[in-house]
Formats: sequence, C-alpha cells, structure tokens
Amino acid sequence: MSDAREQVLANIRGALNREGPLPDSIARSLQGRLSRPRANLKPAIGDDLTAYFIEKLESVSGKVTRVASIDEVAAVVARHLESFDLGDALVVAPDPALQGIPWSNRLRVERRAAAGGDRLSVTGAYAAVAETGSLVLLSSPESPTTLNFLPDDHLIVLHESQIVPHIEDVWVRMRRDKQAMPRTVNFITGPSKTADVEQTIQEGAHGPRRLHVILVAD
Amino acid sequence: MKPTSSQFKKSARVALVDPDLQRAMGFIKTGFVEKRRAAVERLPEFDALRRSARGIKEHTLQNLDFYLEAFEERVIANGGQVHWANTPQQACDIVLGICRRAGAKRVTKGKSMVGEEIAINEALEGAGFEAIETDLGEYIIQLAEEPPSHIIAPAVHKTKSQITELFHKHHARYGYTERQTEVPGLVDEARQVLRGKFLSADVGITGANFLVAETGSTVIVTNEGNGDLTNTLPPVHIVTAGIEKVVPTREDVSTLLRVLARSATGQEMSVYTTFSTGPRRQNDLDGPTEFHVVLLDNGRSQMLGNEFHAMLRCIRCGACMNHCPVYQGIGGHAYGWVYVGPMGAVLTPLMVGLDQAGDLPNACTLNGRCQEVCPMGIELPAMLRQLRRRQYQNRQTSAVSRMALAAWSFLARRPRLYRRVLGAAVASLAWLARVRGRGRFRHMLFAGGWTCARDLPAPQGASFQNQWRKRRQGNQS
Repeated sequence: MSDAREQVLANIRGALNREGPLPDSIARSLQGRLSRPRANLKPAIGDDLTAYFIEKLESVSGKVTRVASIDEVAAVVARHLESFDLGDALVVAPDPALQGIPWSNRLRVERRAAAGGDRLSVTGAYAAVAETGSLVLLSSPESPTTLNFLPDDHLIVLHESQIVPHIEDVWVRMRRDKQAMPRTVNFITGPSKTADVEQTIQEGAHGPRRLHVILVAD
Repeated sequence: MKPTSSQFKKSARVALVDPDLQRAMGFIKTGFVEKRRAAVERLPEFDALRRSARGIKEHTLQNLDFYLEAFEERVIANGGQVHWANTPQQACDIVLGICRRAGAKRVTKGKSMVGEEIAINEALEGAGFEAIETDLGEYIIQLAEEPPSHIIAPAVHKTKSQITELFHKHHARYGYTERQTEVPGLVDEARQVLRGKFLSADVGITGANFLVAETGSTVIVTNEGNGDLTNTLPPVHIVTAGIEKVVPTREDVSTLLRVLARSATGQEMSVYTTFSTGPRRQNDLDGPTEFHVVLLDNGRSQMLGNEFHAMLRCIRCGACMNHCPVYQGIGGHAYGWVYVGPMGAVLTPLMVGLDQAGDLPNACTLNGRCQEVCPMGIELPAMLRQLRRRQYQNRQTSAVSRMALAAWSFLARRPRLYRRVLGAAVASLAWLARVRGRGRFRHMLFAGGWTCARDLPAPQGASFQNQWRKRRQGNQS
C-alpha cells in the first residue's frame, strides 16, 4: 500500500502548495516542538491538591478512603469485599509496592493479570491528576491493563504524594523517569458508565462497576 | 452504508411525525445541551482553551505531511505498523488482510466514525468474519440493523421499550428469555452477552480521537470501557483513523481533551482516556501482540487548503448537532449517511457528492448556534452557504428557485424599481386583506410551502423603508 502512502502525502503537499517535504529549517523547528514539548494553557486549580482530587473523583462516583499507612489497606479491601458481598477472592497486581500488604489469611489472593470471572482487583497507580480526579495507570509486568477493566470492582492504592496538579505534569514525570511510552497509558476517571439508553446514566457498562481509591498519607 | 441523503425531504417528513423518535429526541436537550452549558460555565478558561485548541489543530494541518510521517516513524519504532488508505475500499481491504493473516473468526469493535465511514462491518461480514459492536449504543443499532443517528450517541433515537424488545428478540439464544424493562437490567444483560465476545475475540478494532506524533500513540476517549477491552484482550489491535486526527504532542492532546468532553457530554473528563503505543512489551502479561494503524484520506486532503479546510479541525464532539433545531426535530437518520447534523450536512456532500446530498446544506436556518458551540470554531453556516453557492453554480438547484433568485437579484440591484414593485405588492395585499375582511392569509400563491404551516399576516401601515426615510428626515430637521 505504499502507493496510497505516496498519493496521500502528495495530495496533502499539493493542497498546501508545496512540491515536496518541508524545507529542512522548518522541519528542524517542528522536530524541536516534538522533542521539547511545551505546555499550553492550564486551568487554575486550588492549592490543596488532595482536596481537589477527592472532590473531582467523588463528583463522578469514585469512592475515596483515606488511610494513615499502607498497613491499613488490607482492612479497607476486606470491608469492601464484605459490603458488596464479593466473596473472598482477589487479584492483586504483581507490583512490588503492593508486596508488603498483610492480607488476612481468610482471603484468597492471587498476583497476575485479570481473567474473565475475577470480581475484584487491587492495583497501584503511576500518578493521579487533581484537575480531573483521574488515576493514571501504565501497563507493565507489574501492572497488567486487564486488571483495570475486567473485574467488577477496581481498588487502587494511591499515595498522596503521587497526586499532580494537571495532566501535563504526568507527561513531565514520565519523560523524566520512563525510557519510553508503555503499551498502554490509562487515565481512569470514575467507574465505567453509559448513557446510551434514553440518556440515563448507568454505572457498570463494560468496565468496573465501582472504583475505590485507597489514599495513603505519606 | 449506501447514502440515502437524496431522500432527505421524505425521511424528514416521516421523522417529524414519528412519536417514538420525537420522544427520544427530547432527551437531547436535558442530556447534552444542559450538561454542556453547566460544564462550560464551571470553567472560566474555556474560551481561552478553545482558542488554544483551535491553534493546535491549525498548526498541525499546515504541516500535516510532516506530523503524519513523524507519527508513522514512532509507531514503527515502537513495533507497530502503519497502513495508508486513499479510499474506503482500500481501508477495508487492509483490515480484511490483517484479519485473514491473523486467522481470525471473531472481531470486536470499539466505536469508530471512520469505521462507519468505510462500512467496515459490512466488509467484515461479507468476508465471513463475525463483527460485533461493543459500545452499547452501537451494539443496539447493530442489532436493529440501523446506521448511527448521532456521532457520539448512536442509538439516541431509540426508546427504552424499543431496546427492551430488541434485546428480548436477540438475547434468547444466549439464555436470556426475560424481558428487561429498566435501564440497569438492560445494561447488565448487554454486559453479560458482550463479555463472552470480548474474551473470545481474535481481533479488536477501535477508532482514534487523536494520534500523537511525538510518541506514535493512538488515543481513545470512552465512558463504558468497551474500547479498552477491545484494544487489550484480542491478540491483534487495529486502529482506523482519519489523517486529520494527528496532533504534535501529549501536551497538545491534553488541551484538546479539556474541550472535547465538555463539548460532547458536559463531562470534565470522560471516564477512560487511553493512549495505546505499539504492541505489548516483552514480559507484559496482557495486551495485543500486533498493533496496526490504518490512516484514511477519503477526500480529506482535498479539503485541506480549500474553503472547507476548517472542517478538518472537527474533533467529532457532536455539540453542533445537539444544538441544531433541524437535527433536534428530525434526528440523524434523515441525513441519510454516517455523519449527521450540521457537521454531517457539510461532510456528506463533500464525501459522497453534492448531487447525492443536495438537500442537506439547505436544511439549515443559518441561526449560527452550531458555530457558537463548536469547540473548534468551525464556520459551519458559512460552509453550508458555500455549498448552496456551489449547487447554484453547478445548476443543481431547481428551475423554480433559480428563477426566483434571478428575479430577486434583478430587483435588489435596482433600488427604485424594487421600492416601486414592493410598494405595489404591499398595497395590493393590504387591499385584498381589507376586502376579504381578514387580517391574514391562509394560502399564498408561490409560497405554499411557507403558508402550509402558518398564516401570512397582512401588511399594515408604511413599509420599513418609508418609516426609515421619515425618521432620518425628522432627525435632520
């Protein structure tokens, strides 16, 4: 299909009144725009990132439980399982940061990607965005993407220090500490929902019915 | 799908008296218009963001070849493949080829307007694949064998009870024999049925809201999570996208996201915004092993640089149709193709031909609401007028309207004659009204289309021009 490629590019150049590719000097300046991206206008948000994040996430039906330390995560997960009658099985992301959680021995805990019948997953997150109330998850062997979508309930362990003000701050952080883009970057802002039947909002369309963030103070 | 836009007038007449459609269209106002207004009011920077978003798209379009090549280079560097298609046929052939090589049987689909534009479902089914739409709205219309009636809410024309019957008819073979009459039951049943399809699909096809040149990523914005199950579970992920979807950087996408969801559904951020970059990495536990991007032109490069250039800024939010009195009245199907409302009235004639869709640019009151709410500031009314002009120049308008326009322009360019003719017409109408003792006319020669739905009031007193002249004389003295 390289013919189509050449034809499309030729059509574009013709429409832009050019015979070939951009002159080198312009191409170099555009390369610069790509390799040193600059943020555009960012909306003002308050100083209290944690409060803003919680407000935004709760406004889209996400649940937030604040805990003092990671040791309390197991109890929050156990309560969640119980209150929605989800049984005693959970899948935990094979994430080193979730390694030390002292799960009750009444629970069956597996560390893997999700399968069709899983009811509850526990994952970490790469970051959270206060502006939008979004959780940011990057695919990796420690954070399989299926855990974010297949189970009925998705619980995310997030540290307060991971909350950044704007979407752009996620990109700045990723450029600093990730060599390359992972296969998948998910911004998750609340539980799955649809309004396709008479514009009535219904949660739990295809993804998780409930999104529950366990916010750990640093 | 085969365009039926030439039947516009007939379809619109049917739509106007369809009680189910009229009931369903009532939800547009509360569902979209009100929510958008509230979301825009909550963000003081909205207009500034809109200008910034528009600037990003304009910059990209001016250098479109450069950014497409940059995007292609990054996709390949990340282990993916890029395919170029000039026509819908070429795009379908590419997708079918990938499915055949993968030995696929079942193909799940996320919502994609380019998928509709190239009629990929028909192509897949014709080639013996099972194609399943997974967005709830798309799934509903696939069962009903109908085209979408809205670009982001494809089943907005369906009432709950119609969906109940549709599911009852099609889900019995999966063991669901009870009628679901409420929204939670309906959504849950579709969730169960489609879960099996997601888990057994061989290929997943999604569209793209944006393509990122900086990273070679494709971006989808959804609420249900079906797009993510489609691009994560099957071993092959194919993205179909128009060439105008590319933007330079992730920062630029961030700006566009801020205006997209607000304009579309009144959300500040859709539930799932997902960047897909290449196939799964070594040691990843899930994700597709193949990643393909099909870039479609289909007339877009022709629009670049001509009077419809700005249409390429469109981010498919649907705000123009939500706020259009014509769309609100007749719904999407009357437009006769996949793009509907004001943006469809511009795109359809350009993509399928003005001769096929000549009524669409005329089904507009030029009230300007679409341009006002468009996050990309696209001059839709001006484009519709331009299409009308083209029609006139191509002699595609009716003899009667050409004659009427010719007579009007003859008079309008001769002010004295114009005043005399108008004065005579006004005087005789006023006289006729007095003689017949009524203040209004029920029927009017040559204006039957206008008077069939309303009366024409009889002229009273001096004309505007006379009054104006008197007032000016009064001011001078």
